[in-house]
Amino acid sequence: MPTSFLRSIVSISLAALLSTIAPVAIGAANADTAPAPQAVAEPPAATKTDADNNEITSFTLGNGLEVVMIPDHRAPVVTHMIWYHVGSADELPGKSGIAHFLEHLMFKATKNYPAGEFGRKVAEIGGQENAFTSNDYTAYYQQLAPQALEMAMTYEADRMENLVLTDEVVATERQVILEERRSRVDNSPSGLLAEEVNATLYQNHPYRLPVIGWLHEMEKLGLDDALAFYEKYYTPNNATLVISGDVTADLVKTLAEKTYGKVPRRAEPGKRERPQEPEQNTKRIVSLADPRVSRPSFQKRWVAPSYANARPGEAEALDLLSEILGGSPRGRLYQTLVVSEGVAAAAGAFFDGNGLDSGSFALHGSPRGEASLEDVERGVDAQVENIIKNGVTQEELDAARNRFLKSIIFARDSQTGMARIYGSTLSVGQTIKDIQEWPDRIKAVKKEDIQEVARRYLVDGRSVTAYLMPEAGAPDKKAKDQGGGGAGPSEVLPAEGTVQ
Amino acid sequence: MIRPLFQRSIAALLILFATIVASHAVEIKEVVSPKGVRAWLVQDDFVPLISMRFAFKGGAAQDPAGKAGLANLMTSLFDEGAGDLDSETFQVKLDEAGGEMGFTADMDNLMGSVRMLAEKRDQVTDLVAMAVQRPRFDQAPIDRMRQQIVAGIKGAERDPETIAERKFTEALYGAHPYARPVYGTPESLAGISKADLSGLHRRMFARDNLVIGVVGAISPEELSVLLDKVFGDLPEKAELAPVDAARTALGETTRVDYPLPQTTISLVYPGTRRDAPDFFASYIMNHILGGGTFTSRLTNEVREKRGLAYSVSSGLQSSDHAAALIISTATRSDRAEETLQLIKDEVARMAKDGPTTEELAEAKKYLAGSFAVTNLDSSSAVANTLVMMQDEKLGIDYIDKRAGLIDAVTLDEVKAVAGKLLTTDPAILIVGQPQT
Repeated sequence: MPTSFLRSIVSISLAALLSTIAPVAIGAANADTAPAPQAVAEPPAATKTDADNNEITSFTLGNGLEVVMIPDHRAPVVTHMIWYHVGSADELPGKSGIAHFLEHLMFKATKNYPAGEFGRKVAEIGGQENAFTSNDYTAYYQQLAPQALEMAMTYEADRMENLVLTDEVVATERQVILEERRSRVDNSPSGLLAEEVNATLYQNHPYRLPVIGWLHEMEKLGLDDALAFYEKYYTPNNATLVISGDVTADLVKTLAEKTYGKVPRRAEPGKRERPQEPEQNTKRIVSLADPRVSRPSFQKRWVAPSYANARPGEAEALDLLSEILGGSPRGRLYQTLVVSEGVAAAAGAFFDGNGLDSGSFALHGSPRGEASLEDVERGVDAQVENIIKNGVTQEELDAARNRFLKSIIFARDSQTGMARIYGSTLSVGQTIKDIQEWPDRIKAVKKEDIQEVARRYLVDGRSVTAYLMPEAGAPDKKAKDQGGGGAGPSEVLPAEGTVQ
Repeated sequence: MIRPLFQRSIAALLILFATIVASHAVEIKEVVSPKGVRAWLVQDDFVPLISMRFAFKGGAAQDPAGKAGLANLMTSLFDEGAGDLDSETFQVKLDEAGGEMGFTADMDNLMGSVRMLAEKRDQVTDLVAMAVQRPRFDQAPIDRMRQQIVAGIKGAERDPETIAERKFTEALYGAHPYARPVYGTPESLAGISKADLSGLHRRMFARDNLVIGVVGAISPEELSVLLDKVFGDLPEKAELAPVDAARTALGETTRVDYPLPQTTISLVYPGTRRDAPDFFASYIMNHILGGGTFTSRLTNEVREKRGLAYSVSSGLQSSDHAAALIISTATRSDRAEETLQLIKDEVARMAKDGPTTEELAEAKKYLAGSFAVTNLDSSSAVANTLVMMQDEKLGIDYIDKRAGLIDAVTLDEVKAVAGKLLTTDPAILIVGQPQT
């Protein structure tokens, strides 16, 4: 259920890349973008018994529901998340936004319980709950005391098969998602631009659709659309249950069989085959000028492989490439453009490798002082060309790699973070083994691999460049003294966010 | 963000506390180093890392007149050179040691955050000690960070929300330091010198002015050594400028007209200070009115029944020198007046009748159970909690006492505080389509 209190896990604030709390924010960002294993998190020998109990385990129920259990006994809290392997990229043409709309409607009545009862039960014991939708998955979660886990599982399993909707409920909630769209997109120039950049980057794949939906299609979404989507995709064999926290694997198994185990296989969604991208042959430019913008900025994006579909080692190399280029203040973009040359207020890079069908790679920058946007863009391009031509040094590869490996250990510190890593990764067809072997694969990347993925994927003639400009007209790229910085609200986020 | 009311002050986070399940979950030890540095520790070996949070009292309210943005600028410079290490060398060493160090300022505090692998404790804290005690404030990093901050301010100067927040904050606080932007202005930043930074550092970074929370794989003995290394050689006493209590000007409506598809609305009512006797009554009342769950009255009326907004909430915020209850929402422009009236009606209903017995009981249960969920999800969250408890002088046994404090609140007390806070005409901010 949406709320503005919780932020998307992939909407990493670019402001955080700037100065004050940058190191902490970057650690968190890595944790989200990179799968993390459990192996590194074993406690010292002194608590060996606990170590045995801290192993991540999984099993599959008879109806096909995969269950993952991530122990964490530090506090009497458990995170319960159900991940449906369906998102906005699975929507029928003309029905954009239905995955997210259904997510909202899942908080309404079922055959067994009135609307709001589940939420009241969670609130009654001080629990938290919410849900979010992305291109590839839709997830619902509660965080509460372990004694309440059975209650949460009972209600969550119930709404997997017993949702009841009426036209009245659908009509009111449609107003809510339209307000959500106005907040996230229509009220914000950067929100509008991000949406249309995405629609340009992908020419055929439904990743081009906004998760929240196009306004004119959202206005027409109805009860039948929601129920059809529900009946097709909400079934135990199309979901992953992730439980992390202060419970045992045995208890989870018992409760899962008692609750979700009773839900029949309701449908056979089949293999997820969405329209794929054709060969891309053009460099595209998207530009938005708005009187609310006083600082020009640009981003440049490419379709790239994701962990789920890359050739071995490529996604890992792209992850490290983004870190070396601009994943931290130690990155080449910041050190060159912000520190040495002093032309940029911000410059960075981002790789999103979490998609089922593809990932994307993004660079961004904005000028400061007397520099122009063109100066910054040229400088960013030069850094990419330099890596394509000359590769990276062993030292910067090792430094970037160490930041990743450290972030894996830090990731184990967050109960909900761990549940999100496992849930999102398994929802796009990857395995627990893939997650746990990620550090080894990161360790295996050579500097030649970095150069090779840069050469192969960061091709200028297949890029999309987006400009967010102060005044009407084409990008004149003359910034005067209006640069970029961390405090502004008009940051261009390189990644498509999830919608809550 | 409307500062300082809208920023997440330490006190605002504190009010999320509740206990019961938490009491056996966190064993807090007080550690006092040989040089007298005091910290609260939760020892935990589950993950081989150490999180440390600390706060120096002061913050942006200490910025001298005409030098707004000084404390915030300072927070950007601690990893830009310290001791005998220049910016480049310092950052490379911190990166090699795998340490994360960040600083941030709000109006009342300047806060630090450090995270490290336990095995790299010595290397990382050597660098943190240098940053805390001997920041260099070299001219090149000062100029670079100043330019970045100025670029950010200028980048937002035509954004109607930013313009509105500035206007509203100035209307609320008048001549008080809280009326000034934490980030400063291009003009105020231009006048800040290295001497200003060193001076504020010397006055604010002192041992009598500091609270510390540490969580993770470290023993009390090891922490004791760490505390002396990082903080032990700071001056004993801070020299802060006195800050008056803010007089929040309510009753006026501030409008920023802009043709937006959605209108944002904020209402500011009087609040209750964290140390006031009716704080918990206020907190319970706010929770029922528009607190952070989907069961609040405002969410039910505005969102669930009518679909007028995606988010509507109220929050009780208390900083060192001001307190307020703030309601905020965003709604389609053609129904903004209707939504505002609906909120006012709900406020009036709460002011007149207070909550029902059932609502009070449910709110108490929620607040009792939510502590662990909202405060114990990670080492950093626990460390943050330890800092906040000390900042508010709540006592090391506060978590155990808190359930009783909540439970003792009566229906009459909640009704009384609703009548006290919600019968005042609020300050209102409306950003969106001009009303015809």
